[in-house]
Amino acid sequence: MKGSSLRAISIALVGLCCYTVAVAGPDLGAAEQQATNWPAIIMFMIFVGFTLLITKWAAGQTQSTEDFYTAGGGISGFQNGLAIAGDYMSAASFLGISALVFSSGFDGLLYSLGFMVGWPIVLFLIAERLRNLGKFNLSDVVSFRLEEKPVRTLAACSSLVVVAFYLIAQMVGAGQLIKLLFGLNYNIAVVVVGLLMTAYVLFGGMLATTWVQIIKAVMLLSGATFMAFMVMKSVDFSFSNMFTQAIGVYSEAHKTGMGDALKIMGPGKLTENPIDALSLGLALMFGTAGLPHILMRFFTVKDAKEARKSVVVATGFIGYFYLLTFIIGFGAILFVANNPQFLDLAKMAVTGKLELVGGNNMAAIHLSEALGGDLFMGFISAVAFATILAVVAGLTLSGVSAISHDLYANVFKKGQTTPESEMKVSRYATLGLAVFAMILGILFEKQNVAFMVGLAFSVAACANFPVLVLSMFWKGLTTRGAVIGGIVGLVGAVGLIVLSKAVWVDTLGISETAPNPFNGPALFAMPLSFLCCWFFSITDKSARAEKERKAFDAQFVRSQTGIGISGASDH
Amino acid sequence: MDDSQVQRILNNPKFQEMVSKKRRLSWTLTAIMLFVYVGFMLLVGYNKPFLASSFSGGITTWGIPLGLGIIVLSFILCGVYSYIANNTLDPLNKETLKEIEAIAHEKGAN
Repeated sequence: MKGSSLRAISIALVGLCCYTVAVAGPDLGAAEQQATNWPAIIMFMIFVGFTLLITKWAAGQTQSTEDFYTAGGGISGFQNGLAIAGDYMSAASFLGISALVFSSGFDGLLYSLGFMVGWPIVLFLIAERLRNLGKFNLSDVVSFRLEEKPVRTLAACSSLVVVAFYLIAQMVGAGQLIKLLFGLNYNIAVVVVGLLMTAYVLFGGMLATTWVQIIKAVMLLSGATFMAFMVMKSVDFSFSNMFTQAIGVYSEAHKTGMGDALKIMGPGKLTENPIDALSLGLALMFGTAGLPHILMRFFTVKDAKEARKSVVVATGFIGYFYLLTFIIGFGAILFVANNPQFLDLAKMAVTGKLELVGGNNMAAIHLSEALGGDLFMGFISAVAFATILAVVAGLTLSGVSAISHDLYANVFKKGQTTPESEMKVSRYATLGLAVFAMILGILFEKQNVAFMVGLAFSVAACANFPVLVLSMFWKGLTTRGAVIGGIVGLVGAVGLIVLSKAVWVDTLGISETAPNPFNGPALFAMPLSFLCCWFFSITDKSARAEKERKAFDAQFVRSQTGIGISGASDH
Repeated sequence: MDDSQVQRILNNPKFQEMVSKKRRLSWTLTAIMLFVYVGFMLLVGYNKPFLASSFSGGITTWGIPLGLGIIVLSFILCGVYSYIANNTLDPLNKETLKEIEAIAHEKGAN
């Protein structure tokens, strides 16, 4: 890849995790195919070969539905913590946040914070109760005492919406990234991702998916650690040195005065509007606690104690990772911003701004080359690809559980199924989801899909989170309240995003100004969802509602003690 | 379990002690986290100049230690929770389980 010209992958990769950045309307379709990058491809092949071996091993262990959805509950707290961290540290987090720090300093830190602070909340309020109440996924928990059919249908649908948006965004990101890093054709890249993900999920189920996550998390953490270490070494391990030098380079590279350069040390454009700042914070914070593929991971451990341990371990690794991305972003300013090798001079002449070869999302990749040469850059590229693979596998599995366990087995067949037939449906669902993801990944190639991750987090925060939390903590929640509140959250989040600038103006191009002036829906849709859950519950005078309120006590005992929990560790 | 068993468990003093301890711990830590984070986001929204002002006379601004501090605080709060949960709540949970399992298994119900 060295010397070859990498072009314009848009800042939409940042947008993959950071949707408000995307309001500028970047286009993911801008990436051009690059010269074939052999070191990266070889390292990636090694990773794929290794994970396929694991899948083969996992396939031998995976027989029952328990095995398929939750690896039989036999994952240890520490392993699961690493896997959760792996699920969470997507390529968008790694490349996107370090790129955001590279271009606007402090604003990048704001995203890290939002993604981070959801975890303590998950630990304090959700993890242990979730494990005590559920078996496979969050629908099990909300339908514990509420009426199975409507509540489970709703939870499955909103989970599928979250999964679908997240999946499409990851697929498009994967295609663009691979085109850029490996020099493969976009369509081939999407198909490769789809096929590998199918193999992991179809044959290896949760066990293989978990190990793919763990390996990738370890690779990503070690790569990022090395980069951050080299950066800190160059500034004698002093943050103050690093900032001072970075500001100097920044002002030189961006051709601004020192005064303007200093601005990156404080909050900038990202949060000009306080409402958006808060809304973003809420969506990131509570969205975490409603993401189906993350919640599903709590059922892979044997009890509440291990679930707790998983979150503590995950929080540790995720926090460490975000500290690293912050250093990597500043390191990129030091090593990349003024290095002509990495600058796209032709594009700079047109836009008059600092432009990196391949787009500003490449900051971390270029830094890896500056610090460790071609081979290390190949390693980091391979890790970025591995990251996408692992994340889509986890997403697919949680989508599959919503289809086969919720919609098919419990709603459609009312629980009258055999494990064999449920497994069969789950295999079809895997294939279906993979084909769906590949087709849409290809169709959306030239679309700006950044808002889709925004949708995913917002739907998770506005539809899943209120229903989940109230069902666990509030005696008064009834089926009617949960269903109406959930629908309001789902429709509200999707509606507000469609009416916002990112979709209405930049993607659909319906008119010049957007009906909804705010980018983040969470500040409005989430309280509204809570309100509807509350209102339609307390006004529910039916006999069913009475029964559901009474059933809370038994649920409460179980959520506190885990007594009567299904033996996930009975293998 | 039938309703009367559930009621007896709810009325069990050990169970009540455990629940109130758990509740206090979870909500206190949640409140701290929310207070700090929402406070910080409000600062970001309404008092940018403060966050962009110098922390100790040098180039580092208040925003940096506060921001990184929140990440570190998340660690610390998780550590505190898990320490207390492991050392106080788990033993209590075990004792409680011993008492209430007897209740739960009466009449072969579970």
